[in-house]
Amino acid sequence: MAIAERTAGTVSPPSVSVRPGWAGWLSTTDHKRIGIMYLVSAFVFFLIGGIEALLMRIQLGVPDNTFLTPDVYNQMFTMHGTTMIFLGLMPLNVGLGNYIVPLMIGARDMAFPRLNALSIWLFIFGGLMLYVSFFVGGAPNVGWFAYAPLTQKQFAPTAGVDYWIIGIGLTGVASIAGALNFIVTILNMRAPGMTLNRMPLFVWMQLVVAFILIFAFPVLTVATIQLLFDRHFGTRFFLPNLGGDAVLWQHLFWFFGHPEVYILILPTMGIISEVLPTFSRKPIFGYAFVAYSGVAIGFLGFLVWAHHMFAVGLGPLANAFFGAASFLIAVPTGVKIFNWLATMWQGSLNLTTSMLYAIGFISMFIIGGISGITLASPPINVQQTDSYYVVAHMHYVLFGGAIQGIFAGVFYWFPKMTGRMLNERLGKWQFWLMLISFNLTFFPMHLSGNEGMPRRIYTYEAEMGWNLWNLISTIGALLLAVAFLLFLWNVLTSIRRGPIAPADPWDGATLEWAVSSPPPVYNFAVTPRVRSRRPLWDKKYPHLHEANGSHGAPAGRLAGPLDDGFEPETSAAMEPIHLPSPTYAPLIVSVGIMILGFGIIYLGDFGLIAASAMLVGLLIMATGILSWVRISHVDSPYQAH
Amino acid sequence: MSESSMIRPHATTAHHTSLGVDNRKLGVWAFIGSETLFFATLITTYFVFAPVNRARPDFQDPREFLDIELTTVLASILLASSLTMVLALSASKRGDRRWFTTWLLATVGLGLAFIGGQVYEFNHLYHEGLTLSSSLFGTTFFVLTGFHGTHVAIGVIWLLSVFFKVRTYPNSPENAMDVEIAGLYWHFVDLVWVAIFVLVYLI
Repeated sequence: MAIAERTAGTVSPPSVSVRPGWAGWLSTTDHKRIGIMYLVSAFVFFLIGGIEALLMRIQLGVPDNTFLTPDVYNQMFTMHGTTMIFLGLMPLNVGLGNYIVPLMIGARDMAFPRLNALSIWLFIFGGLMLYVSFFVGGAPNVGWFAYAPLTQKQFAPTAGVDYWIIGIGLTGVASIAGALNFIVTILNMRAPGMTLNRMPLFVWMQLVVAFILIFAFPVLTVATIQLLFDRHFGTRFFLPNLGGDAVLWQHLFWFFGHPEVYILILPTMGIISEVLPTFSRKPIFGYAFVAYSGVAIGFLGFLVWAHHMFAVGLGPLANAFFGAASFLIAVPTGVKIFNWLATMWQGSLNLTTSMLYAIGFISMFIIGGISGITLASPPINVQQTDSYYVVAHMHYVLFGGAIQGIFAGVFYWFPKMTGRMLNERLGKWQFWLMLISFNLTFFPMHLSGNEGMPRRIYTYEAEMGWNLWNLISTIGALLLAVAFLLFLWNVLTSIRRGPIAPADPWDGATLEWAVSSPPPVYNFAVTPRVRSRRPLWDKKYPHLHEANGSHGAPAGRLAGPLDDGFEPETSAAMEPIHLPSPTYAPLIVSVGIMILGFGIIYLGDFGLIAASAMLVGLLIMATGILSWVRISHVDSPYQAH
Repeated sequence: MSESSMIRPHATTAHHTSLGVDNRKLGVWAFIGSETLFFATLITTYFVFAPVNRARPDFQDPREFLDIELTTVLASILLASSLTMVLALSASKRGDRRWFTTWLLATVGLGLAFIGGQVYEFNHLYHEGLTLSSSLFGTTFFVLTGFHGTHVAIGVIWLLSVFFKVRTYPNSPENAMDVEIAGLYWHFVDLVWVAIFVLVYLI
């Protein structure tokens, strides 16, 4: 069957004005371009965060090392954690979601394209702002969790913590705006016939994450506002000597911080749930269980924050409750893992790089889950907390898990995004090198941690007996860097010379493979009417669908005799395609907000200059909003037909 | 011509949406959900510190500082503004230009009166010796009520911008929805004040 016949696009493209060159990127409102901007900028931040990790590993490679000073080391681990979580993992997931979700649900764009542009710019400026701190008196040096009262002015006198507050604040606004966009897009702009029960699991997980985001981030926002007030305006929220409470910071921070873990991991669980069925050539096993266990994880994630605080002394009752709640999360997580394994069971596995990463995700995530169980047990936790065991656990979940999941997604969707295939042979080299060096780096940390090596120390004495494990970790980290260079090389060469990608290179099941690679700017010439969970697959293989029905596959039962994939909406074919025009308004608003942020940082020290900066920022912001209102009047945003 | 069709009713429902709710309305509802957590955190902080404050040597008793009469008036003003907001929305849906203008500007006026009352209250408390840094009570009280006041101020700006947009583009099909979602936000801010009034001032 010719590829062209499979695509949902059958109408010639309308003329859409896209500005050429850089102007096109700066003024874009297209979810696909914004997705790519997210991916590229997050990957750059990710590499910087990796370099910070390498510097730390070099410092810790041998005992009594003087490669970094203690203060620089503190800046490194603070910025490494902050970067990887807020500027690396989270936006990588958002980038994939931004690109793929509208395609998967048969929409032409996100619900609010201009708000989407605002999100990417606020994220980029928030990240840049964090890094400006290196050049103006020192980066934040208090850990990514910024525990009180260490963050107070007398212990952290440089502006580093203020940059942390404002930088996180900007990315936080970006995240909430982005999450609102995802919620409305997913709930309201699905193609006709795509019920919640037919939504791809990647979309499901993005929806759950968006809900976690809008409920978790405001709590962090309040905590950072309180911290800012403590540092500059004489309040005493986190100052124990004045009646404040340092533990309150931990409660507020982890009420955000624990759900944040699921913000990072759930989208990659969604990626795995797309990749595994495609390369096992089977439908996902237990679709509903995978979807609803994601919801359960999202819900339970809000009940377990104090398991980060067992050593604080909250008392046995609180510790027991939060320990038990944490164990509960293993249930929906286990459900997912068994569903993935059952999906592969008796499938005809196609071990592409993407599939290898998906399998790597499952295996490494299981190790991270098991070390998580020991940490969730209060008595064992007291032994292991603040040791390298925690570092090992966290990296097995977020690197062995989330990063490998993202690689599975990148190798899976790269052809769709660029129209070129990545080099599979290089990709497999990268996978094996990464898997081995990852374990080389992080597995020994379980051991050094249980032997008592604390986190966040900049060096250690030779007699402590941690030398060998640290040397192995450092060698592993250097090899990991090589794996990332391989990936960079692969991307840079493939994007120019890689084989041309067909619309549906992996024989996929979901709607994004029904349009050309890369998709046209309007995504779908004609909105498809969806009739099954695997619309493209059922369209391509109607006979297989009947066979599935006899095996009792739930999709067949749900939709009955109509379950034959999708068809273009014929009634909609006559309607003109309306896309939002490019605009600089979101960029201007973000610039204004960033200048406002700089003003806030220096309001305490340079009152007049800072206040004028804030005024200038507000004026730029107001200008941006005015042009935003104007353009949204003449050019009302696209809504799904 | 008060019956001029400056606002076309039902114009925004022309598009298909999966849930049958306008995109922007759904977005504002989600945003309000998010804001709920914002205020819940501030209110929780206030209550966590209330007993600590009482035990401190620099204790400042809320009952000595908080003026129930004034805040009762302020609460009534905000509640009344929710009513005028509903009337403004209803007028905009009928396409009644004159009453829309009247009720929307009345809402803005009541909002400004509330902010004025709060400025008066803050100034009064400052002269009584209650500041951000004078005690735990001052810290938690001013940050909580101050952020609520900021939200009211943003609401006033939002309402005014809706008013000017409707005046500039009287025939825009988006107008009724603009009024409706600004109203949703406004009602939410009022509701938060009811919570603060009951929890902080009355109890």
